[in-house]
Amino acid sequence: MKFGILVNEGPFTHQASDSAYHFVKAAIEKGHQVMRVFFYYDGVYNANKLSAPQSDDRNLVKMWGELGSEHNVDLVVCIAAALRRGIVEDNLADGFRISGLGQLTEVGIAADRLVVFGD
Amino acid sequence: MAETEIEFDTAGITKKFMYVNRKAPYGTIYALEVLEAVLISAAFEQHACIVFIDDGVYQIKKGQNTDAVNMKNFSKTYGIIAMEKEDADEDEDMDMVWRIIVEKESMEARGLTADDFVIDVEVIASTELAAIMAEQEIVISG
Repeated sequence: MKFGILVNEGPFTHQASDSAYHFVKAAIEKGHQVMRVFFYYDGVYNANKLSAPQSDDRNLVKMWGELGSEHNVDLVVCIAAALRRGIVEDNLADGFRISGLGQLTEVGIAADRLVVFGD
Repeated sequence: MAETEIEFDTAGITKKFMYVNRKAPYGTIYALEVLEAVLISAAFEQHACIVFIDDGVYQIKKGQNTDAVNMKNFSKTYGIIAMEKEDADEDEDMDMVWRIIVEKESMEARGLTADDFVIDVEVIASTELAAIMAEQEIVISG
């Protein structure tokens, strides 16, 4: 199955991004395709390269980037949501790209299922 | 931008999108950012139900004045959704149906009527709304 993923929360206040990460990982392991993960609302904070969690804690920003590069998953950060939260090319973490909201609609149309993680 | 844009072929596909607005217009950013997502999606000419439920019904209430909280009053922007809907309704060549729906129970519990909104809406009871929701292919909420 072809999945699109929408992540609506940042990596720290909510578990949504962790859950999305584990879902994507499990789906790929099961042989499904994840066409795109779209980061919206505070979800754009998942792409903040300056984020520095304590060393004994998981680092979701890094984990997303690695998962994306390893399995060729398109990690897209919404530009409108990102700009107002100070996520720009300069501090965009590896593996992510910034693009428009149309990319969300597009993956909704192209994928078999769009799975939403957030409140 | 450093990396190449990845595009999927969506030509000729029309799906049923539902946007569920559940939160008050101010206090959190969800209402504004769902609105932005709805407006951008219009370019893709998909079917869409824009639903207002719970405190989300306040998003389209007439007479909003945000001066005291120093927030941008974006209630007028919902008029663009109504315009997109009208355009789609009038254009016979366009296979795009938009519905603007307020959940009856949420509206009544807050002492509101359909006349209190900045745009024309369909008022639909929760049981019927649940059936409409079940028919959707993509549900995005905020």
